[in-house]
Amino acid sequence: MTAVTTDRPGFGQRLADLGRALVSPRGAVFLLLIVLLVAIALINPSFAEPSQFIRFIQRVAPVAIVAIGQYFVIVGGEFDLSMGSVVTTQVVIAGNLIGQDDAKSLPVLLLMLAFGAFIGLVNGLIVSFLKVPSFIVTLGMMLALLGATLYWTGGAATGNPADGFREIGRGGIRDLPVIDILPWSVLVLAIVLAAAIWFSKRPFGRTIIALGDNPTTARFSGTRNWWVKTSTFMISSLSATIAGVLLVGYAGVHPSVGRGYEFTAITAVVLGGVVLGGGRGWVVAAAAGAFALEALFTLLNFAGVPSTYRDAVQGAIIILAVAYSATTFRARRRGRGIDAPSPSSDPVADAPAEASRPDSPTSPDAATQISPPAATQTSPAPAEERDAEASARPAPIPSTPRADNETKGGS
Amino acid sequence: MSTTTPASVRRTAPRRRRLDASLIVGIALVAVIIVGAILVASVGRNFFSAGNIRDILTGMSVLGFVAIGQTLVILCASLDLSVPYVVSLSSLIAADLMAGNPANIPLAIVAVLVVAAVIGLANGLIVTKLKVNGFIATLGTGLIIKGYLDSNYKGTSGQVPWEFQLIGATGIGPIPISTLLMLLVAVAGAFFLARTRTGNHMFAVGGNEQVARLSGIRTARPLIVAHVLCSITAALAGLLLASRLGVGSPVVGTQGGYDLLSIAAVVLGGTLLMGGRGSIWGTIGGVAIFAVVDNVMSVMQVNPFLKDVVRGVVIVAAVAVYTSRSVDRRRPRFANAAPPPTASGSGPANGSDAREEARA
Repeated sequence: MTAVTTDRPGFGQRLADLGRALVSPRGAVFLLLIVLLVAIALINPSFAEPSQFIRFIQRVAPVAIVAIGQYFVIVGGEFDLSMGSVVTTQVVIAGNLIGQDDAKSLPVLLLMLAFGAFIGLVNGLIVSFLKVPSFIVTLGMMLALLGATLYWTGGAATGNPADGFREIGRGGIRDLPVIDILPWSVLVLAIVLAAAIWFSKRPFGRTIIALGDNPTTARFSGTRNWWVKTSTFMISSLSATIAGVLLVGYAGVHPSVGRGYEFTAITAVVLGGVVLGGGRGWVVAAAAGAFALEALFTLLNFAGVPSTYRDAVQGAIIILAVAYSATTFRARRRGRGIDAPSPSSDPVADAPAEASRPDSPTSPDAATQISPPAATQTSPAPAEERDAEASARPAPIPSTPRADNETKGGS
Repeated sequence: MSTTTPASVRRTAPRRRRLDASLIVGIALVAVIIVGAILVASVGRNFFSAGNIRDILTGMSVLGFVAIGQTLVILCASLDLSVPYVVSLSSLIAADLMAGNPANIPLAIVAVLVVAAVIGLANGLIVTKLKVNGFIATLGTGLIIKGYLDSNYKGTSGQVPWEFQLIGATGIGPIPISTLLMLLVAVAGAFFLARTRTGNHMFAVGGNEQVARLSGIRTARPLIVAHVLCSITAALAGLLLASRLGVGSPVVGTQGGYDLLSIAAVVLGGTLLMGGRGSIWGTIGGVAIFAVVDNVMSVMQVNPFLKDVVRGVVIVAAVAVYTSRSVDRRRPRFANAAPPPTASGSGPANGSDAREEARA
């Protein structure tokens, strides 16, 4: 997403583009991550050692996986608040059903995956067919799952599963040359991330973004909205399940494992420049958001900030990061607005005019002019596709709830 | 626009539609009360006894305060997740400043309200000026307040004088004073939404910010006002909790889960989460549904963990019943997209007139 704008960019050009991309809101999370990591390394040089660093990645893995799952839901225009409870439930299921019997590991793992998919299916179907806002559905699911789990366990910590199962979260390939140990969770994270990147480049993954951008257009272009939406919830619940498997090993079995993960994941995703409300975002940036968040905690830890102030610093950083990206978007939009004809700077202004002659062929040029806010908000790379997409967008329907994001600036 | 009979309503058809929203909440409330009464009767207790009604009304008051403010914020298509921390902070400031001395009560109340207003102002400015999504902005401010609370308070603190505790403890007949105060605030809120310019602008901004701006509304102001009022009502809830507990507590807000529960109550009351439609009275109905369900469960001595399960199912089921009837209704407003009214001076009133004409 860095240097694809021009046809044959020279090296300097590429470097400039890279710099611009890093300062741009889309790339800002990587810049933030680099700054945080360098700061940690300065305070605590041993952090930069490969073996320590790989431990850091291991610690981030569950959060990053949850954030990747949350990314698909958010970019599809919904919320999943039930992820934390799903993590808790899966951890407790693993602890109670596997027990000390290694042979049960695989069947229970399959059961957990099925259960995760089922939870996502229920969430998605209620959102799609009963038309309940996802915020409410997943909030209800969060309360119900957590209550059921606590009822099952009586609210106390229960036995850990067999060591073979915990090995997934704790162990790794040992005795490697540079990094000493390659934890399984890092491998799992790499696989999940690769799968997520591949998936979001597939037509189905692009459909999710289209759905989040404008559900009406998505429906008109032949998407089965209910299935796409439901599958995003299934993805998020499955990723919460994987995070749960890792956490069983890493943190042990306790009903408080996974609490607050939904907000952490949403924070990470938003930090990664994904727009709440859907339609814009990059899954790698979402994962980087999780890394940045965890790096921030590590930095505060090393810097000796009292643990009670961590929340305050986290809150301030989130607001500043999002405000930065939102105001930069705004400034850039204003700058570009000069070359676009002024009346078309707001899609709503043109909507009635378009609506009055819906059958007149919309030339690609006109369409590009109509959608500058949408086009300029995207990163340089997908801008061309974005425009192509926008020209297919019927103008009379800009007033879907999603359109609010243009001005809310969302972040 | 679905509040109590706006002045612009002249024809009967839209009026029926408008009542519909609150009616469904009312019907749901009546249904919950009937089912609850039967369940309570099945264990040999009287649901409608004075003591039980007082319990339900008491249970409504704190969440009611928070939900009234949350309604305003959600009407503007924002969210306020910082309320539980504002509640805790308010209870602490109140209890600390009162320090057991009745003479300090007015000062403490003023201080609490000012602090809350400043927090609300910060929320509003972050949302409008820095263009941060309300969800993230208030999550952030909530975390900042949480950090302050965790760092400065190890446990309960302060002392509330007996005179102030009376507010939470006494009642007129079966109706507690606290609930009366809450209803008073609700009346004020409903009046604000229906009769004042800023209140009307809230519907416009929440319905469609761009259209509101093009209609000449300064879109930032209603949002800021909504956030300030939301923090203030959360502070009132904190004062009430301080009066009930007799001390201030740094966890009283988070324990109550007021952020998510108030949002759930607002949505239960028929307010659209994406803003622009809803009413205070629907919210009060939603809060009442929660209070009745909670009361029935405690009378029947349901396991506290199972309560959460029931609560979750009730939230989803109730909203499902509600939305299955009303969500599609949002569409026609945009589908009949007649050219916008030329003299669209003040948002919602003119907007609804134009809609009626388009329909006629």
